Amino acid sequence: MAVDTVTAARPAAPPLSNRRKEFRRAWRSLVAAKWPLVALFILLGVLFAAIFGPAIAPLDPNRQNIMLRLADPLTAGGRNNAMFYLGTDGLGRDVLSRLLYGARISLMVGVFAIMVGGTIGVVAGLVAGYFGGWIDDVIMRLGDIQLAFPFILLAIMFLVILGPGVFNIILVLGVGQWVTYARIVRAQTLSLREKEYVEAARALGDSTFSVIFRTILPNIMAPLTVIASFNVASVILSEASLSFLGLGVPPNVPTWGAMLADSRDQLMANKWWLAVFPGLAIVCTVLSFNILGDWLRDFLDPRLKTVG
Amino acid sequence: MWTFIIRRLIQSLIVVLGVTLITFVALQMSGDPTYLYVSERATEAEIQQTRVALGFDRPLHEQYLKFLGNLAQGDFGNSLSYKRPALEAVLEALPATIELTLFSMIMAIGLAIPLGVFAALYRGTSVDGSIMTMGMLGQSIPSFWLGIMMIMFFGLQLRWFPISGHVPFIMPLIQGNVVQAFSQLPQALYYLIMPSVAVGFYSLSRNARLVRSSMLEVLGQDYVRTARSKGIPEWAVVIRHALRNAWLPVVTLIGLEFGFLLGGVVVVEMVFSWPGIGRLVFNAINQRDIPVVQASVVILALVFISLNLIVDLIYAKIDPRVKL
Repeated sequence: MAVDTVTAARPAAPPLSNRRKEFRRAWRSLVAAKWPLVALFILLGVLFAAIFGPAIAPLDPNRQNIMLRLADPLTAGGRNNAMFYLGTDGLGRDVLSRLLYGARISLMVGVFAIMVGGTIGVVAGLVAGYFGGWIDDVIMRLGDIQLAFPFILLAIMFLVILGPGVFNIILVLGVGQWVTYARIVRAQTLSLREKEYVEAARALGDSTFSVIFRTILPNIMAPLTVIASFNVASVILSEASLSFLGLGVPPNVPTWGAMLADSRDQLMANKWWLAVFPGLAIVCTVLSFNILGDWLRDFLDPRLKTVG
Repeated sequence: MWTFIIRRLIQSLIVVLGVTLITFVALQMSGDPTYLYVSERATEAEIQQTRVALGFDRPLHEQYLKFLGNLAQGDFGNSLSYKRPALEAVLEALPATIELTLFSMIMAIGLAIPLGVFAALYRGTSVDGSIMTMGMLGQSIPSFWLGIMMIMFFGLQLRWFPISGHVPFIMPLIQGNVVQAFSQLPQALYYLIMPSVAVGFYSLSRNARLVRSSMLEVLGQDYVRTARSKGIPEWAVVIRHALRNAWLPVVTLIGLEFGFLLGGVVVVEMVFSWPGIGRLVFNAINQRDIPVVQASVVILALVFISLNLIVDLIYAKIDPRVKL
């Protein structure tokens, strides 16, 4: 009896806001699934390297050290008897420092290209789905044309003409992604357009702009986040390919793809560290995005869960 | 049937026009395209002369029509570095690229189907687990890095496979040397193995996952249960009843797959010094040889579009569910 009184008298815990509850549920699911959690930590590490690269890199990534060209990993030498943990490249530059700087370009291109492509695609998809008619036709046919041939060829052509540079590569890879978003957003918009709450918003006199961006858009964010996480992975792979071809950023900026391109010259000499480490950096980053994307898809929409 | 063919032909034509338009616009985006065609030391008079000669002083729509007209005649201009028609250089390199792309595709689809089926049949076991892990990994490895790693391990360490080089198969076939082509075939395949694994591994992984999930879906269907309850042996159920429906999503993607692989081929050719369009484009990039880049893009797009058209037509023919 006394116990009951105590329970009853205790003030109720403050209700968690929905957002926080959702966050907790996500965290628990993430921890339970294990691999996605590992992936998250890897990505946080890459993000850390991208932001604080200059502060944590042991050496200047562009400093050439002619005396210590192609030094094995864990060689010490040069000025201040510095340690080259992952060895040096053909110009005697520290591989570890270049790797840390490279994280910056990969993430930046990945994230910004998605923002460019996502924005174009979402707006195009919303407009096409909401208005329908000839606008819809024009937008979707344009998308069909773009999907009708291998995008990397176009990217190569534009970058040859525009010249390399971070801004150009973000633009080109971003524009390459819009169709994916437009198609999904359009399909979702088509079905949401007829929902009661959208009709209610219209009946209340909201402007078309407000109906599209304040009522419809928030309701299609979930599938978009899933697409975006897979998309970052594929954009990072494309960036690496283009950098490998020498179409990425200017030569003095270290990127993982360009490091791999340089490593080809030393292939016969068996300088394995030049090829292994940048490649592993790309694989770990891309794999993490893919694993997180898989988890996010299952978490946000269990119906889509891969059978098994 | 005819309306379908005509509709698809018109669609393809529009796409081809789109490609040429984009190619044209790309050129204009550089500001004044004349500068792409002259050396850095050219005098103002030389630049003006080139501008007039190439027609860059004309209004844009006129330039586009002329560009289109030249293209229709197969005239992409002369390669700036090879001093011969760009189209010639591209067509010479095309067979090697097609060989690599096709072989990668055969591998990516041919292996993906059994792997996906095994994973589905042994769902939840370590067989399934390792195939799916490989699938996840395969979608995260850059093709050119896989190529480099294979060269290092299977080429330089174990010396199992050649690290570069190419034995032609399609080229002698085109030239009519059928006997020569087929006597070279084993060698040609030997040289193809490493590059095509590098190119096809990503697709192989994706397709294996695709086959697995559609197989799992199909295995739960009523007609599979019916087949089993009739006492048909399990292998026959799997192959005759389940698989025939499960691989449809993969077959639908064959056309697109080709385009995707083509993108990988362009990069991987660099790694293996494969004498195809990828290497041609790469060299053209370094020398800013615009006509060769343009010709390569347009020709590859044409190959891809026609292949897609053919796949669509064949598909419509063999799948009775596709209404024409």
